[in-house]
Amino acid sequence: MAAMFPAAASTKKAKYISSRKGFVRRRSVNALMLVLTGAVTLLALIPLFWIIGYVLLKGGQYINIDFFTQLPRPAGIPGGGVLNAIEGTIMLTIVAGVIAIPIGSLSAFYAAYHPNTPLGIALRFGTDVLAGIPSIVVGIFGYALVVRPTGHFSLLAGGIAMAIIMLPTTIRTTEEMIKLVPTNLREGSLALGSSEWKTAFKVTFPAALSGIVTGFLLSLARASGETAPLLFTALGNTNFDIARLINGGIASGQSVIAIIGNILLQPTDSLALTLFKYSQDPSIDRINQSWAVAFVLLLLILVINIIARAWVESRAAKLRG
Amino acid sequence: MQKAISKQHNKPAFIRKFQSALEHGDRVWIGLNIAMSVIVVAIMVLIGILLWNQSAVSRQQIGLSFLSPFAAPTWDPVNNTYNTWSFIYGTLITSLVAIVIAVPLSIGIAIFLSELCPPWLRAPLSMLVELLSAIPSVVYGLWGIFVFLPAVITPVGIFLGDALGSIPLLGGFFAGPIAASGSSRLAAGIILAIMIIPTIAAVSRDVFLAIPSSQREASLALGATRWETIGRVLVPYGTSGILGAVILGLGRALGETMAVTMVIGNSLNSSISLLKPGYTMSSLIANQFAESVNALNTSALIEVALVLFLMTLALNIIARLLVWRVSRRFPAEART
Repeated sequence: MAAMFPAAASTKKAKYISSRKGFVRRRSVNALMLVLTGAVTLLALIPLFWIIGYVLLKGGQYINIDFFTQLPRPAGIPGGGVLNAIEGTIMLTIVAGVIAIPIGSLSAFYAAYHPNTPLGIALRFGTDVLAGIPSIVVGIFGYALVVRPTGHFSLLAGGIAMAIIMLPTTIRTTEEMIKLVPTNLREGSLALGSSEWKTAFKVTFPAALSGIVTGFLLSLARASGETAPLLFTALGNTNFDIARLINGGIASGQSVIAIIGNILLQPTDSLALTLFKYSQDPSIDRINQSWAVAFVLLLLILVINIIARAWVESRAAKLRG
Repeated sequence: MQKAISKQHNKPAFIRKFQSALEHGDRVWIGLNIAMSVIVVAIMVLIGILLWNQSAVSRQQIGLSFLSPFAAPTWDPVNNTYNTWSFIYGTLITSLVAIVIAVPLSIGIAIFLSELCPPWLRAPLSMLVELLSAIPSVVYGLWGIFVFLPAVITPVGIFLGDALGSIPLLGGFFAGPIAASGSSRLAAGIILAIMIIPTIAAVSRDVFLAIPSSQREASLALGATRWETIGRVLVPYGTSGILGAVILGLGRALGETMAVTMVIGNSLNSSISLLKPGYTMSSLIANQFAESVNALNTSALIEVALVLFLMTLALNIIARLLVWRVSRRFPAEART
């Protein structure tokens, strides 16, 4: 009480507060502010429904079979699809996942069990910094690390940049989920004489698996919507077509590794990249298609997010007991 | 049995050691964990080193005038004169607009979600607010260009220009007229505000939820209204956490690229007006890096990226120090 009302003014203020007038006034300020916070919450949700509604209504008009099965037509010719971007997004995701999952989950084990070692502290700081780095800077990094030395804009460079975007989320959720696994489970396994890694693989990992998967899905959803890291790494490629690349490789008698290497070195498009480029195009066909791309991208990301969040909530509730 | 043991003994010691380590597996396991952690830390360090190295040409040839607010604000790849101040200004002013709009709204949302809303509504509402942060930045940009800017920003910009444009000093920030398309620093700031609200709101909500109920009950028992409890007990208690949330949001606003690139109008503009198009550091890189004409130009753009990286790094360190200082002053609070 003393802290709430400084000593000097306390008598006067206390009188006011206990008076009928003061009471009514305080109650009405209270009611007003409480209503205001509710109104503010609704206000913040307006853009959400506005964006989702508009994109689904407008983008839905331009969705058809060709959109998913054909490559883009040259500028000025209507029709065509974004098969290149769909395949590119899938390939980028696979490459990014192959890089980010092992690094992310193993370092999360370290972060969870050795938080106060020098490396543990550096890791936590590194994760925070990586989470805060602007995505365009990650793009420049990918350019300097891969594109410059190899002389190619490529799927590989884009995948590495996307993996860096995914790492912090992957590490944090995995770490949280590992920490949620009850200590007695782990201690029980160790007390039975099994080694650390067996405990990790047979006890901790299965118990935390659903959480880890959802964490990975969330970071995937975030990464698949990223454009800035891909601008100078994957660059974009309207002819990117996996089937053609594989058939071409087989026809010229290349080995599997050579074909994979060839695919990895191709410039690649992604849905988000295509959306950005089409939205800057003067032709109305392209702009309409960019709404369709937004439709697909938004639906993909919202579905992943809703499923993953609902799952993580129920799972965490179960683990907490 | 005898044979096997003697065979083991015949091998050099280091191989035996290695084999037993492999059999038990723990050293390999912890070794892998350490290796992966080192990779994560190395990526962070490598980003700094590569940006520093690749911007060497520009740092040597242009020197400090690159960053000077007093040098002529030019960005001219043909004549090789570069000054980055107007982009730093663009980044700072758009982030400022975003923070000024987003912080009160987000704290209001956090208060509503943690203190006031009925429990059954809390989870779905929280999820909706967080979904706002899941929408990709390009989709914000697309919606911004074709829907939000003409419908909201242009009228608001005209109103602000009329109402505030003629006030001395302050008027410079609202010198109109705004373009019919609405592309302007104001547009970028407002879109950024929408994008960082979920971040600040979600973290602040967790801060409020972590405050022990005894604090609320004590205040309510003394006769304070709910609003007084929030304003005089909960907000002071959670200040450090809320500040952390704001810094997190600020970091996101500073680095956000695509949505800003799409709505800010991308023009070299030395005016300070919010109603004029401009560049931020990230939108400059996104727009010009692919069309860079020579090595110095590329290097200068990488130096802009370096400045941006150092800014977010500094922000991160400040946030860490803040948390560290507060947790030393209030050890009990840090534990909750």
